[in-house]
Amino acid sequence: MNEESFSQIFINASLVNNFVLAYFLGICPFLGVSGKIDTSSKMGAAVTFVMLISSMCAYGIHALLVAINAPFLQLISYIVVIAATVQLVEMFVKKMSPTLFKALGIFLPLITTNCAILGLALFQTNKGYDFLQSIVYALGAGAGFTLALVLIAGLREQLEFAEVPNVIKGTVLTLMLAGILSLTFMGFSGLGSN
Amino acid sequence: MKEQATIASSDSFKMLRAMVGIGALCGLIIVFIYEATLPRIERLRAEALQEAIFKVIPGITEMRSFSYQNNAFILADESDENVIYAGYDEKGEFKGVAIVAAGQGYADVIRFIYGYNPENQEVIGFYVLENKETPGLGDKIDKDPVFLDNFTALDVSLNEGGDAIKNKVTTVKKGTKTNAWEVDGITGATISSRAIGDIIATSTEHWIPIIYKNRTVFKNIENE
Amino acid sequence: MSNQEIGKEIHKSAPSSTDEFIKGLWKDNPVFVQVLGMCPVLAVSNTAENALAMGIATAFVLLMSNILVSLLRHFIPKEVRIASYVLIIATFVTITDYAIQSISVDLHKSLGAFIFLIVVNCLILSRAEAFASKNTVGKSIMDALGMGLGFILALFSLGAVREILGSGAFFGMSLFPDGFQKWVIMILPAGGFFTLAAWLLIFNLIKQKRAIS
Repeated sequence: MNEESFSQIFINASLVNNFVLAYFLGICPFLGVSGKIDTSSKMGAAVTFVMLISSMCAYGIHALLVAINAPFLQLISYIVVIAATVQLVEMFVKKMSPTLFKALGIFLPLITTNCAILGLALFQTNKGYDFLQSIVYALGAGAGFTLALVLIAGLREQLEFAEVPNVIKGTVLTLMLAGILSLTFMGFSGLGSN
Repeated sequence: MKEQATIASSDSFKMLRAMVGIGALCGLIIVFIYEATLPRIERLRAEALQEAIFKVIPGITEMRSFSYQNNAFILADESDENVIYAGYDEKGEFKGVAIVAAGQGYADVIRFIYGYNPENQEVIGFYVLENKETPGLGDKIDKDPVFLDNFTALDVSLNEGGDAIKNKVTTVKKGTKTNAWEVDGITGATISSRAIGDIIATSTEHWIPIIYKNRTVFKNIENE
Repeated sequence: MSNQEIGKEIHKSAPSSTDEFIKGLWKDNPVFVQVLGMCPVLAVSNTAENALAMGIATAFVLLMSNILVSLLRHFIPKEVRIASYVLIIATFVTITDYAIQSISVDLHKSLGAFIFLIVVNCLILSRAEAFASKNTVGKSIMDALGMGLGFILALFSLGAVREILGSGAFFGMSLFPDGFQKWVIMILPAGGFFTLAAWLLIFNLIKQKRAIS
């Protein structure tokens, strides 16, 4: 149904229309987490993983809802699946690697309200991607999210050594950095298309 | 121990009761609102579509939907796919068909409708239905008068055999348009304007041969 | 630091209903103080009309969910509270989506998938958890109205600035003569970030001045 190639989808999701810098999705954790490169990359990895799973589930749910003609249940079913996925990931991480679980701390449950994940599910449905396209889309979006997070974390780490007025420190500064980064990413426009 | 077990099971019961209860309540509310607003929403959508069709086929007062099934055009039902719209003026004369097309633009999917007149084999109208292109740049596709002018007489004539478009619609750099089947692009919105050209090319390649071959079907509005 | 104030309730002795309403406007303004609930809305704050519509939609969901959560607060056990709140919020968001569709096809197209994203607006969940689950329906309504209004004001100020500077218009009406050089950056995502940063900065400056005096 949707004519895009895999590379187009990936580049579009990660760079050209970066979920954080172009769509403003995933800002809550963005502002809270992005202080250190280390936590940022871990958060990014967790988000990418949840995106992947949610994307596949969303594809299945949408097909099911279309089949039983109940489009109005779309939002509720998506959000329930995302919450369940995050819960599962949390339990999985806790069992497999308690150290990682401790490091991520509160961030894991926070992923549920991460607009980026729900946004991913909704966008992919609207664009009519098939199963494989959806997976590539999820990977691209996750990669882009991680990239944005890590870049901002790097900038903020550097700025720790600078004299920043109190009124600007924290959120205001991060927002300004995000704005500049968003502009820079616009330079990617046209990348990956024929 | 037994007391603890009892407390535990009454806890699970409470949890279950809450989830199921709330789930049922929410489901009911949603279904109710959905059914209540459906007629109005469908009416609004039909009105919007009608308005768009009237915009791309100049001079019409009435329209009929046709769907293409089993190699023929028949009057369409609500749920039919593959639908195009034929427009008629107040004398009942057939003026052209409107076709909806969609495809990937720069930011997201662009959806538009265009009018086609089999008499002179041209695209006669163009109207963007949905676009999320970059504001100030790509979104000029639905505002820029010079760009929109491209679609008042865009040549989509068929070849000798009548089974394919003679010259594929192509977007060219602004100011370099020399042929009637070319689309003058928008400076600074190359991708968006090229997307439009490509989408029209694909859509016309698919529809025009079929529509042209069956054009007499649309003319007989009186015989109903 | 404003970030630390997220979800924190300032306990005075039995705040009145009016207090609950007013705090949402300035002291605990959801966007500028609590820095909550911006995710989904920044993307559609590029015109005053979109920002207003989105603000009202969010405030509506906040109000309805606060009411329902408060009504059911003794019925929902602690363990499943977040799941229940999310279900309730999702229901009202779905309703809002259909409501917008039945009002204006164009508006629905402009807001698109972002209407659904109201469900993950941290503000609504935070009010349900921090307030509505622990207070009466009456107080929850006032809380929702105050927070909602504060949210609408904040979002509207964002959208208005972006539209005026970025399109030279206000609610679609052209303000400046043709010669006006529009700051296109304002309607781009970057402009959204900058404008929010600017408003936050002003807010912080005012707070700082008040703290000194």
